[in-house]
Amino acid sequence: MSLSATTAPPSPAAPTPPPSRRHRSRSSSLTRLDLRFSPYLYIAPFFVIFGIFGLYPMLRTAWMSLHDWNLIGDHTFIGFDNYTKLVTDEYFWNATFNTFGIFLLSTVPQLLLALFLANLLNRTFLRARTLFRMAIFMPNVVSVAAVAIVFGMLFQRDFGVFNWLLGFVGVDPVDWDAERWSSWSAIASMVNWRWTGYNTLILLAGMQAIPRELYEAAALDGASQWRQFWRITLPMLTPTFVFVVILSTIGGLQLFTEPLVFANGNIIGGDQREFQTLAMYMYELGIENLNTAGYGAAVAWAMFLMIALMSLVNFLLVRRTVK
Amino acid sequence: MNSASRRLWRTSPLTYVALVLATLLSIYPFYYMVVIATRSLDSINDVPPPFTPGGAFGDNFGRVLDNDAANFLTGLLNSVIVSSVVTLSVVITGSLAGFAFAKLRFRGRNALLLAIIVTMMIPTQLGLIPLWGMIQDLNWYGTLYAVTVPFLVSAFGVFMMRQYATQAVSDELIEAGRVDGASTFRIYWNIVLPALRPAAAVLGLLTFMETWNSFLWPYAVLPPENPTLQVSLAFLSYAYYTDYSQVFAATAVGTIPLVVVFVLFGRQIIGGIMEGAVKS
Repeated sequence: MSLSATTAPPSPAAPTPPPSRRHRSRSSSLTRLDLRFSPYLYIAPFFVIFGIFGLYPMLRTAWMSLHDWNLIGDHTFIGFDNYTKLVTDEYFWNATFNTFGIFLLSTVPQLLLALFLANLLNRTFLRARTLFRMAIFMPNVVSVAAVAIVFGMLFQRDFGVFNWLLGFVGVDPVDWDAERWSSWSAIASMVNWRWTGYNTLILLAGMQAIPRELYEAAALDGASQWRQFWRITLPMLTPTFVFVVILSTIGGLQLFTEPLVFANGNIIGGDQREFQTLAMYMYELGIENLNTAGYGAAVAWAMFLMIALMSLVNFLLVRRTVK
Repeated sequence: MNSASRRLWRTSPLTYVALVLATLLSIYPFYYMVVIATRSLDSINDVPPPFTPGGAFGDNFGRVLDNDAANFLTGLLNSVIVSSVVTLSVVITGSLAGFAFAKLRFRGRNALLLAIIVTMMIPTQLGLIPLWGMIQDLNWYGTLYAVTVPFLVSAFGVFMMRQYATQAVSDELIEAGRVDGASTFRIYWNIVLPALRPAAAVLGLLTFMETWNSFLWPYAVLPPENPTLQVSLAFLSYAYYTDYSQVFAATAVGTIPLVVVFVLFGRQIIGGIMEGAVKS
């Protein structure tokens, strides 16, 4: 018995009896109103709230960036002065350098590892599949603040687990938050830990959409697993991979909480700004220091342009190399 | 399945070794959190670092509660309120709009849907500074309005519900409702919403987690006296960084509810994430 028989529309041969004339005319005008306006009513909450608290502030950021503006509200129009100031701002370039450094240290190993794990999880005869998937995704459930607190202690100089482990291979304790490379590594490890599982699942979903027959045909032709991975999995996975890379770019360039908590709330990120990110610099200018909101808005737009540009470059690059 | 494909899809022991290793690395920080949270303060500085849980959790968490500067209970309560309200609202507004985009005909539908998809790509940090100013102007600084109202809707929520409604709600059923004289809202309530339940549950779980875990915005607009849980944790760790047992006890209490939710509903959450990935 198929279920569709019971849910099929009534056949035209057996029309429902028309309701009485008076009743129909009143209710049909109501129905017309209902049909015409309820769609707008249903999408209105999104557009109203998003318009006020999402879109308007974004546009206002652009307007503010053209002013010498403080958050008390005083402002004078100065054109593109904030942007020209940005070009020679040492702290801005420092924050850009740090952001990209941490971004590379977190994104590259993370995506390679995710690709590797997804490939393992994609095996047909894998046991305890759901268990592995859940375990690998679990880090994503924790808040960034909690991750930063836990890793902050793992990276503690005197009694942290990482320095203790390094002691076994004869490395002296590292003062993780004192140097650029070490603080970058520590922060990147938090990002890697939290997001590798998430990316693994997305890539796995992409892999599972690849038709099995391709692999079976390749196996009959004697192609090794490695070869199949390069010739079938990777090319077929390109759209998903681009998606994951762009997602990581958007997240990576907005990095804020990990470095902030790692620095115990110090918005400049280490004594010498060794790990102040762009988002932290924007926050420092726009919110911690009330007088430079306009300049902070310019940093926000610079950040946005970088994200857009990076997404585009990634898109083109990944497309080309994986093909 | 022939022997070639069987060989192709077999799982070698090395696969399991690698996966177990990845599992241990994923789980270890949780375990470590529990270890420190249950250890007395003076055993933390031991070399080698402690690797087994102790029995001092009650004592450590007691210090969190006694700590007037942390406002931990206020933070916990605030997080419960804010996350629940935001979740409820995102699911309702998302399913209403998703239903409209998937099943109702109206002028400008495609353009408006495209607008929603585009907004998903724009980083929210772009509007952070003016939004902070708006909250001041509204006199919402330090109140829960500041961390709730801007997040009552979500573009992702609308998009996800629209995708799901497109395939899960049959046009015939809606037509049948119309023929019976049901209003659009009645159709939404009695036909669409029940059909959307699986997707609504996943969206609700994801939204709850995201709101519970959000940090940057609550940190910007809430003072330490009236924090959310994450803000409370951050201030706790800044100010009392030597008392790791206390900080970790608080962190564990703030993290474990979500871990429990995840263990209970992880299958659905993972299913939802993977399904969303393939469609987009």
